[in-house]
Amino acid sequence: MKKWVATAALVAGALMGASMASAGTLDTVKSKGQVVCGHGQGLAGFALPDAQGVWRGLDSDVCRALAAAIFNDPNKVKVVPLTSKDRFTALQSGEIDVLSRNTTWTLSREASLGLEFAGINYYDGQGFMVRKSLKLASAKELSGASVCVQQGTTTELNLADFFRANKLELKSVTFATNDETTKAYDAGRCDALTTDASGLYSERLRLAKPDDHIVLPEIISKEPLGPSVRKGDDQWLDVVKWTQFVLVTAEELGVTQANVEAMLKSENPEIKRLLGTEGKFGESLGLTNDWGYRIIKHVGNYGESFERNVGQGSPLKIARGLNALWNKGGLQYAPPIR
Amino acid sequence: MSQSVSSNPNQSFVQQDVIAPSRPPSNLVGPVAWVREHLFGGVFNTSATILIVLFLAWVVPPFLDFVLFDAVWVGTDREACIFNEAHPIVGACWAFIKDRFSFFNYGTYPIPERWRVDLFFALLTIAVIWLLKLSLPRRDLGALYAFIILPVVSYFLLIGSPTLGLPIVTTNLWGGLLVTVVVSAVGIVVSLPLGILLALGRRSTMPAAQVFSVAFIEFVRGVPLITVLFMASVMLPLFVPREFEPDKLLRALVGVALFASAYMAEVVRAGLQALPKGQYEGAMALGLSYGQMMRLIILPQALKVTIPNIVSNYIGLFKDTTLVVIVGLFDFLRTIETARIDPIWAAPTVSPTGYVYAAIFYFIFCFAMSSYARTIEQRLSKADKR
Repeated sequence: MKKWVATAALVAGALMGASMASAGTLDTVKSKGQVVCGHGQGLAGFALPDAQGVWRGLDSDVCRALAAAIFNDPNKVKVVPLTSKDRFTALQSGEIDVLSRNTTWTLSREASLGLEFAGINYYDGQGFMVRKSLKLASAKELSGASVCVQQGTTTELNLADFFRANKLELKSVTFATNDETTKAYDAGRCDALTTDASGLYSERLRLAKPDDHIVLPEIISKEPLGPSVRKGDDQWLDVVKWTQFVLVTAEELGVTQANVEAMLKSENPEIKRLLGTEGKFGESLGLTNDWGYRIIKHVGNYGESFERNVGQGSPLKIARGLNALWNKGGLQYAPPIR
Repeated sequence: MSQSVSSNPNQSFVQQDVIAPSRPPSNLVGPVAWVREHLFGGVFNTSATILIVLFLAWVVPPFLDFVLFDAVWVGTDREACIFNEAHPIVGACWAFIKDRFSFFNYGTYPIPERWRVDLFFALLTIAVIWLLKLSLPRRDLGALYAFIILPVVSYFLLIGSPTLGLPIVTTNLWGGLLVTVVVSAVGIVVSLPLGILLALGRRSTMPAAQVFSVAFIEFVRGVPLITVLFMASVMLPLFVPREFEPDKLLRALVGVALFASAYMAEVVRAGLQALPKGQYEGAMALGLSYGQMMRLIILPQALKVTIPNIVSNYIGLFKDTTLVVIVGLFDFLRTIETARIDPIWAAPTVSPTGYVYAAIFYFIFCFAMSSYARTIEQRLSKADKR
């Protein structure tokens, strides 16, 4: 029996290896004519089908940018909606080319699940929402407060850790689902609601009186979210990584969807390298030299994508916070294109 | 005296006509009496009536308020459905359903190609009516259309075929009502014949057929559907090379169809066992072959007695299709769940509205199935009443 299992595993491994080694992901993508992109089953602001059934969001824009860079057409994306359970299998088995599904970058995922994170397109973290009437300015004033939290999540663990580390008294009220948690908070069962900050903003819209609630500034956990690819294909990893960097660099240099045509004539060497009017950076990645121009033209820069999907241009109205550029007090930083 | 009466019928003191029966006392007939007898006919009956009326008075008005009177019918985003000074009480947010209606029906199916889905729905409706309405002509052609022509046409219509000028629409784009209808239609159509075969196999005297049928039925009934779907979506891709990997929707279709078949087999077997042995022996004594016996004598009777169970199986199957969400497919319920978290429509009553809409949708379909089954049952039971 054991032998049989071992043989089956070997055969499966060999088949997987064979299908992976046969061609680089970039070549496969080019021959298929589309980027196969793994999304969640819908998360507000990150990846969600709109009324026309088109996927929109910060995570969708990563895939659209990839398609724009490779095919000069942001719509050449095939979306595969994945549950949180089958997302990694889908990537390992080659069902998808890139996983862009608000997945937290952790050591164990990278070390043991056979995937490689290509960057961080959203710095998330756990936060608190309270009623304005409580007049709280910081989460450290929450001692003795009852906190609504979804049970069995790392959120619950982080909450206990934060309260213990700050010697605060915690009364947590747990619920099975996200919906119940929000409803209970809205009904006044607890003083505060905790989940990832991006989630707090979208839950707030669901409350009876959204304007009576604020999200406290403290972020008590690190949840860096970003796209990931299969291990062992460095060329494809570079493509995804530098696509994300192009978005950030463009914002830094002030290149937007609207002015990208004019920027082609810019004398700024950094912009010239970004848009491919100078150097052969695109070709060295296996793309065309105008890949940066294509991305900005079709998707816009990181700031535009952020504001459109989760920021002021969207109902979520999430502040840039950690996701501002490095020179504006945030963490978004791209290595130079040169 | 009595003799004189009978001898002379013209005597005026004799009643000539038959007296019409007098009406029963008013407390025994009419609506009042009906109410007295049926609703207040005893302590238990009376208290039950009062409790039920109180319960309805407690539940129905708030529900109607929510669904109809306080509901919001027009609007383009969450502004229409949030609580504010202009409308402090907001019921169901039907504007949200209206805005997302096409998403609920087609999912992410490309907009220019959606006429193909509409055409598929129309063809399917024709097939269903043709097969189910007993008074329509040429129902044999209808069966040919529904079971041979329709599946082939639908396949090319929905997937597409470049040679016919229809662009390919891969199944990952399918969603909403389309997925629910396709999965349940395939499940319903495949499960009955396969279930009958399995049931016959299980009662067969051929050891191979019997062992296979028993093993299949018991294995499938012993494993939850969700597990099979999960295995198909997570494990299968690891063991099969990328090129041979079946489509996600196909995996779900096969899983659901096999599942429904195993349960159907047990329902049919119950019907087969309910028939008296004399029916079998009589058929054999007439010299009918096995096929003729089953086709002409046994199955018509067995299926007749199992109609209620077959239909409740179908209803269960129809509702089980929501489990395909495990494989990452957007069925009808999943599209509602996806749309309700969209911040454009984030408002307190949007989620309940979505679920009410889903409940109404599933109720209409399931109630239609059970109503149809009831009429068929009544039609078939005429034979027993003769």
